[in-house]
Amino acid sequence: MSASLPASSPPASNGSEPVGAGFILKKAVLSALVALGLFSLMVGVRTEAGQSGQLEYWTRFGELASLVGAVFVGSIVVELLRLWLGPRGGLGSFVPASVQSGLSVAGRYLAPALLIFTLLVPVIFYNQRYILDLGILVLTYVMLGWGLNVVVGLAGLLDLGYVAFYAVGAYSYGLLSTTFGLSFWICLPLAGILAAFWGVLLGFPVLRLRGDYLAIVTLAFGEIIRLVLINWQDVTGGPNGISGIPRPSLFGIPLTPGPDGLAAMLGIPFSPTHRIVFLFYLILALALLTNWVTIRLRRLPIGRAWEALREDEVACRALGINITTTKLTAFATGAMFGGFAGAFFATRQGFISPESFTFQESALVLAIVVLGGMGSQLGVALAALAMIGGFELFRSLEVYRMLVFGLAMVLVMIWRPRGIVGHRSPTVFLEKSKSISSDLVKEGHG
Amino acid sequence: MDYFAQQLINGLVLGSIYGLIAIGYTMVYGIVGMINFAHGDVFMIGGFIALISFLVLVSVGLTAVPVILLIVLLVSMAITALYGWTIERIAYRPLRHSFRLAPMLSAIGMSFVLTNFSQVSQGARVKPVPPIVTGGYTLHEGESGFVVQLSNIQIVVVITTIVLLGLFTWLVSRTRLGRDMRACEQDQTMAALLGVDVDRTISMTFVIGAALAAVAGMMYLLYYGLVDFFMGFVAGIKAFTAAVLGGIGSLPGAMLGGLAIGLIETFWSAYFSVEYKDVAAFSILIVVLIFMPTGLLGRPEVEKV
Repeated sequence: MSASLPASSPPASNGSEPVGAGFILKKAVLSALVALGLFSLMVGVRTEAGQSGQLEYWTRFGELASLVGAVFVGSIVVELLRLWLGPRGGLGSFVPASVQSGLSVAGRYLAPALLIFTLLVPVIFYNQRYILDLGILVLTYVMLGWGLNVVVGLAGLLDLGYVAFYAVGAYSYGLLSTTFGLSFWICLPLAGILAAFWGVLLGFPVLRLRGDYLAIVTLAFGEIIRLVLINWQDVTGGPNGISGIPRPSLFGIPLTPGPDGLAAMLGIPFSPTHRIVFLFYLILALALLTNWVTIRLRRLPIGRAWEALREDEVACRALGINITTTKLTAFATGAMFGGFAGAFFATRQGFISPESFTFQESALVLAIVVLGGMGSQLGVALAALAMIGGFELFRSLEVYRMLVFGLAMVLVMIWRPRGIVGHRSPTVFLEKSKSISSDLVKEGHG
Repeated sequence: MDYFAQQLINGLVLGSIYGLIAIGYTMVYGIVGMINFAHGDVFMIGGFIALISFLVLVSVGLTAVPVILLIVLLVSMAITALYGWTIERIAYRPLRHSFRLAPMLSAIGMSFVLTNFSQVSQGARVKPVPPIVTGGYTLHEGESGFVVQLSNIQIVVVITTIVLLGLFTWLVSRTRLGRDMRACEQDQTMAALLGVDVDRTISMTFVIGAALAAVAGMMYLLYYGLVDFFMGFVAGIKAFTAAVLGGIGSLPGAMLGGLAIGLIETFWSAYFSVEYKDVAAFSILIVVLIFMPTGLLGRPEVEKV
């Protein structure tokens, strides 16, 4: 198999090891041995609590053997691919610059096309409730991604607890509407304001932290919010959550079959799809609002300050930019959009519980932002589509979902650490806007 | 007073477990400068391997408890160390010169992989084991009938921790590997120039960290009598808190921080509320990072431009 390959081609910079059939085979055998060690007990033996509570176990040597075999074959394939693609690192550097800039040109037309298609989705798929629901889900994550993008992509502050603001928004709407009977349209700004408030509250103490430490503190913050939601039973309903959250209305006109509903008012027969379509356009409008605000903010001094902060905090401070306000506004803005999305989530589900706001959710949104190329609005939208769509495709393999997700995260970091759309369009330019590959910029020092 | 003494014992035992995990965090942070987010899950894997090897040994017909414990300890240390090595090799080494957030995100991905891997391969249900080390001593009997007890398992946990710490300190301060590790911690480029195999040293750091986490996993299994696939997350964050509290990069600090977190958590559960014990631990993390970012024994980080 490997004999047909130009094994004699000099592996220029890939260390000093000669790449030949023997080398590949040796590496594959080693990988298989390591896999055997790793999986021997974890896969080869299955434990389960039996009837009497006593643990029982049985062996699964077939699975073990096939896994080890898969690693062996996989290792050979990877080595051959590496040989074939050339000695230079991973696939990331394999994509030439011309293709990258071509992508950015295509991106100029892709975004409007995508927007028009999204607008038409409820028309095209009117009778397919499943697709509409999926669309709403994707748009929710697009919105969350765009919201987090302000914090991570623009200001360069790694936030692992973004879901906390999503939770604050959802619980704000849930509690305000069920206890005080406030309508969705009053609660939506309130949810945003409350979430922004929590964003500032988180922002204040972490002003001095950077990078990894900041990430861990935000993670702890997210977990604290979730634990409080679980344990403060009098207010939040504990693990049972809040149910019976009112559905949204079209500025006061309910979408119900009754005589004062929207269908009766327009004189058309009622259909439950109306509400789904309404929700679809609602989240689309919210997401577009997020996008629009972000794009506008990037051109304001505050947006420029965010990006400067991302590139270099020390230089930023030296130039007289107020780090405190810059960081706090980034947290508050990102949190506000998270709060909006949370309120929408609550009204769509009609039921919320702490289970929806786990760390996995934060990581998923963060993965969307990172995969989308940190700072690229289009990239985030595409990544959300790919991730959530991918999750749906693998729905039958539910148990393996997070496994694949985790592996994908690792592989993306290895191959394309700058995400799908790995380029930056400068906001200020002299004559002509040229996009820069984000390999050339650094970030994440915030 | 008796109640306090009992909680003190419990806290110290829990703290030993956290300390063992925290060493893995602090070592990796000291040398590579990244938070090994998957370390908590390595601890969980260690617990699982200890459970499985224990089951197999018992069903093979071994009855001598010390022999079983020793074999289980060695097996789980060896296999978990292999996990640590593989994780570093697959997920971290290719990213060593990537941008700063990349290893962190890769580590989060790896953490999901490990959690889900054990969920898929061993099932989602909690695995209970019957108490393996039983018995204990009554230290003091109060007038109200409250008994301060020191169980054998607690003694085993503390003694194992002390022995391992001694071994580990010897490794770091007296052996060639330890010297290499300290050199890499100070300056990787210079260490490489002076003939230290940096790649190998970093690999060994992960191996040692994983082995210690495996011991912690086994102790957890013996002490609480159960493992489940999700236990690594919270334990990992708490151990990280311990590492930060002790001063990240400092090995005695990690142990000290572990004991402190164990004590705080136990006393919080005993005197305030059990529900909010995790909130307490996470709040400590935030407070320490804000007011004392170098921890108890850490060195201040110099900001370079």
